[in-house]
Amino acid sequence: MKAVIAEDLVKTYNKGSVRALDGLNLDVEEGTVLGVLGPNGAGKTTTVRILATLLAPDSGRATVGGIDVLKHPDEVRKIIGLSGQYAAVDETLTGWDNLIMFGRLYHLSAKEAKVRAIELLEQFSLSEAAKRPIRTYSGGMRRRLDLAASLIIRPKVLFLDEPTTGLDPRGRQDMWGVIDELVKGGVTLLLTTQYLEEADHLADEIAVIDHGKVIARGTSDSLKKQVGGERLEIVVENENLQATKEIVAKVSGSAVNVDEGLRQISAPVTTGSKALIEAAKLLDEKGIHPLDIGLKRPSLDDVFLSLTGHVAEEKTDENLETATGRKKGKK
Amino acid sequence: MMNAISDALIITKRQLLQLARVPEVLIFSTIQPVMFVLLFRYVFGGSIDTGQPGGYVQLLMPGIFVQTVAFTLAATAVGLSADMQKGLIDRFRSLPISRSAVVFGRTLGDGVLNIVVLAVMGLTGFLVGWRPTSGALNVFLGFVFLFVFGFAMSWVGVLIGLSVREERVAQNVTFIAVFPLTFLSNAFAPTTGMPKALQYFAEWNPVSTMVAGCRELFGLKNEFGATAGSFPSENPLLMSIIYMILIMAIFVPLSVRKYNNAAKK
Repeated sequence: MKAVIAEDLVKTYNKGSVRALDGLNLDVEEGTVLGVLGPNGAGKTTTVRILATLLAPDSGRATVGGIDVLKHPDEVRKIIGLSGQYAAVDETLTGWDNLIMFGRLYHLSAKEAKVRAIELLEQFSLSEAAKRPIRTYSGGMRRRLDLAASLIIRPKVLFLDEPTTGLDPRGRQDMWGVIDELVKGGVTLLLTTQYLEEADHLADEIAVIDHGKVIARGTSDSLKKQVGGERLEIVVENENLQATKEIVAKVSGSAVNVDEGLRQISAPVTTGSKALIEAAKLLDEKGIHPLDIGLKRPSLDDVFLSLTGHVAEEKTDENLETATGRKKGKK
Repeated sequence: MMNAISDALIITKRQLLQLARVPEVLIFSTIQPVMFVLLFRYVFGGSIDTGQPGGYVQLLMPGIFVQTVAFTLAATAVGLSADMQKGLIDRFRSLPISRSAVVFGRTLGDGVLNIVVLAVMGLTGFLVGWRPTSGALNVFLGFVFLFVFGFAMSWVGVLIGLSVREERVAQNVTFIAVFPLTFLSNAFAPTTGMPKALQYFAEWNPVSTMVAGCRELFGLKNEFGATAGSFPSENPLLMSIIYMILIMAIFVPLSVRKYNNAAKK
């Protein structure tokens, strides 16, 4: 059963001059996590806004939990949770005030709202901060409270729009932990991210979108395979470069790439760990001790680069810098 | 329907909670009108001859009440604009609540704030010599009138707040709109001194009809607006009611629609 279906969604802005979505198709199997991966401006947020009933597409259709988003938005709102890129909670109020307010807006009784607020504050390690105004919270705490607010009614389908954008590495780790727990609890999750690592970590399946379209779809592994198989990479001392090159050529049977600067020799292999063991054995016979040896699978950055011809843009965190070495400051 | 009202009241309650959490907001939004009362009373009061018993303050108080509630428009616009920028409107719109609850709750909340402000201003007015002579019922009716006018203006603020890109714009736009409206009126000085075209505008200005109406309800002849013998200055209460109905008939549906299509700019 598909928990989310989007068919041929088109959304244009500025009288058609900007095509935010250009025939987007995707679906999410119940109880799974779909990571929607793409650079800024690819159409991620527009997709979420349409699915969460905030925005009507120019054309196309969408269902959430089997309910038509355009025809019965009120029914959809009863089964979804939305947590956006910006922590959408009232900063003047305390965490407690916020959860009670949203609980009441979900039509819980005063008592139910209180019980649920206590549970959620506990679950998200915010009990101690409950009576403090949100503006005193750290970025990570705000996001957790925002997420808690979207879980008040235990939604069937949860939309998280860039849940860790702007968080420091610690905050991101915490958030991942929290999301992992939710997924174990069986929620269907559609998550957008511009962090390749995040999609890899959290999602069962990844849809790569660019210019308003899904350009690739699959598990992290299958996407990596799509880009190319594994490569054997060996780093050795300078004097062993030539001998190692010959060994790698023999194991691989394909063209060998030598990077003298890195003292690295690499070549595509098809036999996986077998090739690795064989190469290690041959090196050992020659008395060569590699500084590093391994099988490298393409990163999601490689996937993105080969699919779109450009790297994922607007990196906001240096820890997630891509293998392509492209560097951008914090935004 | 019941849900629509209870949802709106939750939003109103949120606004009151905000005031409880940050009382400075209430304090300063009260200080400003009180300051206006004192400034106008003592700066202009001495030089404007009203020809009526009790002096300028009798005419001033209705004027300044109306000016203050007219500015509800700004408060509503700024508040909603801030909610929009912070993504709160998105969250509210993703909830299974009535489509008018958030804007209705907001205008109601700003109305409640007006009650507090009007009470403090009335008290200040009393301390500096304001004495309505029309009896408790009429005075009460006068305040009801002011409350409803503020509520109507608040709906104009909803549309502005949801249409502009950020809070500061909301602030500027509303001030530019409301200041001329309150000064091109009979609120603080007779309209007779104005150029003819402005006199005509001032005559029909809803602020003028409101001020004139309140002066009547507080037991005062409206000297400041009775120049041309025109319909609005002869029937200020009726005209004010028509204006309030008109404003709401136009801006309530527009605002609710705007909210339902609201998108962060």
